[in-house]
Amino acid sequence: MTAAASHPTPTSAVKVGGKKRKSPYPGWFYLPAAVIYGVFFLLPTFSSAYYSLTRWTLDEATFIGLENFAQFLREPFLVQGLINTLTFAVVTSGMKVVLGLALGVLLTSEIVARGWLRSVIFFPVLVSTIGVGITFTVLMHPTEGMINHALAAVGIPGPAWLTNPKLALLSVALVDVWKGVGLATIIFIAGMAAIPVDYYEAARIDGASKFEQFLHVTLPLCRPATVTVITLSFIGGLKSFDLVWTMTKGGPGFSSDVIASVIYKQYQAGFYGLSTAGNVVLFILIAGLAVPLSMFLNRKEGHE
Amino acid sequence: MKKTQRTSLLVIAALAFAGVVGPAAAQKTTITWLVSSSPADLPAAEGIVADFQAANPGIKVDLETRPSGSEGDNIIKTRLATKTMADVFTYNSGSLFRALNPGRNLVDLTGEPWMAGINDYFKQAVGFNGRVYGAPYGTSMAGGIFYNRKIYEKLGLKVPKTWGEFMANNDKIKKAGLIPVIQTYADPWTSQVLVLSDFYNLQAQVPTFAADYTAGKAKYAKTPAALSGFEKLQKVREAGYVNPDFASAKFADGLRMLAEGKGAHYPMLTTAINALKNNQSAQLGDIGFFAQPGDDAANNGLTVWMPVGMYIAASSSNIPAAKRLVAFIASAKGCESRDRVVGATGPYLVKECTLPKDVPPVVADLLPYFDKGGKMALALEFVSPIKGPALQQFTVEVGSGIRPAAEGAALYDEDVRKQAQQLGLPGW
Repeated sequence: MTAAASHPTPTSAVKVGGKKRKSPYPGWFYLPAAVIYGVFFLLPTFSSAYYSLTRWTLDEATFIGLENFAQFLREPFLVQGLINTLTFAVVTSGMKVVLGLALGVLLTSEIVARGWLRSVIFFPVLVSTIGVGITFTVLMHPTEGMINHALAAVGIPGPAWLTNPKLALLSVALVDVWKGVGLATIIFIAGMAAIPVDYYEAARIDGASKFEQFLHVTLPLCRPATVTVITLSFIGGLKSFDLVWTMTKGGPGFSSDVIASVIYKQYQAGFYGLSTAGNVVLFILIAGLAVPLSMFLNRKEGHE
Repeated sequence: MKKTQRTSLLVIAALAFAGVVGPAAAQKTTITWLVSSSPADLPAAEGIVADFQAANPGIKVDLETRPSGSEGDNIIKTRLATKTMADVFTYNSGSLFRALNPGRNLVDLTGEPWMAGINDYFKQAVGFNGRVYGAPYGTSMAGGIFYNRKIYEKLGLKVPKTWGEFMANNDKIKKAGLIPVIQTYADPWTSQVLVLSDFYNLQAQVPTFAADYTAGKAKYAKTPAALSGFEKLQKVREAGYVNPDFASAKFADGLRMLAEGKGAHYPMLTTAINALKNNQSAQLGDIGFFAQPGDDAANNGLTVWMPVGMYIAASSSNIPAAKRLVAFIASAKGCESRDRVVGATGPYLVKECTLPKDVPPVVADLLPYFDKGGKMALALEFVSPIKGPALQQFTVEVGSGIRPAAEGAALYDEDVRKQAQQLGLPGW
C-alpha cells in the first residue's frame, strides 16, 4: 500500500491527462473477491466487535456492555505493556532504518562479494521466527550461552540478556532487528538503485564529497524507501508477538509483556470476551498510530 | 460402453469398500484418548492402552497428544467448544476442571458402578453441581519441599517442623557453601509452589478462608496467613538462600542441582518424582520430602493435590466403549498397569489399589501425612473454583525481587476477580 502510494508522480500523470475511462470488465467480477473478503475479514471483524462486549465461554455469550474494555484498561500491566509495545516498535523501526540504510549504502557500492553479502543479510528474514527465538534464547543464556562466553573471552562480563527485567525487552528487540534488517536493506537497495546516476555525476562535478553525496542525494531521494521501511517495521513492531512469546513469554514477571502477549494470556486463561476486547483495543491503537504516521510521512514527501 | 464400465467399476469399489470396512467395524470399536505429551504421562498411557486392549479385544484405543500447561488448556477448551474432542481425555481436576463447563461438555459418571470405590476428596475435585464427571488418573500429589538427605546427614540437620527451623537449616547449609533453596523461574510455574503449598498452614489458621475467598470476601493481601506464602518467597531471596541463576534455571536444572547435592531444598510438587525417576534414578534414594513448614510445630501438615481426571466428552459417539476404558483406569488393574510403567508416586485414590512395598524414600515420606491421624488439606484450587491465571508471573516477580510480597498479593487478588467473573460467581 505504502510502496504504491509513495510513487504517485509517474502513474498519476498519465491518468490526469484523459477523462476516467470506463472499465471494460463488468463490476460483478469483484464478487468472488468481495465474498472471500467479507467472509474471512469483515465478518470476523464485526463479530469480534460484538463478542468484545460479552462475557464469552465459546458456548454462550452474556452481554455485559463495555465492562471488558473497563477491565482491560484496568489491567495492572496494560500500561507497562503499552509502554513496552511502543518502545519495541520505536526501537526496532529506528534501528532497522539506520542499519538498513547503512547496509544499503554498503551493498550498493562496489565491494567484494557484494551478491553473497546481500544474501547473507537477507537470509534471517527467511528463517522461521520461532526457530530464531529458540536459537537466540539458547545463545543469550546468561551462564551457558555462546554470546556471554564470547564476551567473557575478551574480559567483558555479559549481562543476563533475557532474565534481567530491565534488559529483556531490548534483547528481544535486538533479535527482531537482526531478523528484520535484511528486508529493510533490500527496500533501501531498491530505492537507491532507482536514483538516476546523473545526480551523483552532477554532485561530483560540483565538488561534493562522498559524504555530501550521501547527505544531499541519496538520503532525500531514498525517502519513499525510508517511508516504507518505517511504516512496515513500526506496524510490525506494534503487533509483535511471536518473538516475544518464544523468547520470554512476557517475563520475567511482566517486564517484557507487549499488548499482544497480554491479550494472548487472557485468551489462554479462557477470558474470551476480555481478550477479544483487547484485540479491538490493539486494532484501534495500531490504526490510530499507523494511519497518521503514514499520512504524515507521505505528505512530507509530496512537498518536494 | 465406457459409461457402463465406469458404473460397474464404481459398484465393485463400493462393494469392496463395504466388504473391508463393514465387518471390521462391527467387530472393533475405535475410541480416541487425548493425553498430555509430557514424559510422565505418555508412557503410562501407552502401557494402559496395551493392557486395556488385551483385556477388551473388541475395542481399539488411539492415543492423541497435546502439550501440557496453558497451551494444553487452549486445546481442551477449543475442542470441547467445537465438539471435536477425543472420546476420552485427561485433564486437571479442581478449578481448571470447573472451567470446562462440565454440565454441558462432559458425560455424567455419577452412576457408574466403580464410583463407589473412589476417594471422596477426588469426587469433590471432579464434581460439579452434585454430579461427578471423572475418574482419577494417577496418584495423590502434594506440594512441599524436596530435600537432599545426604546434605542433611552430613550437616546433622533435622527435618524442620516450623518455618523458623527451616530458615535455621538454610543458614547452616549456606555456611557449608551449598545452595539452601533452589528456584527455577525460567519455568515460571515452578515459582508458585511456596505460595500454593502454604495452604495447609493458611487453612489451619483461617479455616473459613476458602469459602470467604470464593465469595469474594477474603483476600490474599488482607489476610496475614494468606500473605505469608508470598512473604516466604520474598524472605528466602532476601536472606540470600536462593541459587544465583534462579532466573534462567529450568525445572530440570532444579532437579539436577538437588540430586547432585549442589542444592539442599527445592520447593516442588511431587509430580517431580516421575522426572527424578527418569533422569536421576541413581540418586533417587538420596531425596526426601517434607511438608512446607508453618508457624506451629504441633500442627505440621501437608497440602495435597488431586491427580488429573479422566473424562468422557459429551460429543463422543462411542460412550459405552469410552466408559469401559474409564472403568479400567478406575480399577486395580488400571493402577497396576500404571505402576509397571511409572511406579507409584503417592497414595492411590481408587480404594482397591494398594501401593507396592518398596517405594523410594521420597514417596515413603509422603505416606504418614495421609495415614489416619496424619494432617493434610486439599490445595486451594480443589476447594475453591477460582485460581487466577497470572499467579506464576506474580510469584516470579516476588521471588526475583521485582515486587514486594504485599504488592504481588494485592495484584493477584485483582487477577482472581477476572476468573470469578468469567465463572459467573456471586459476590464479584
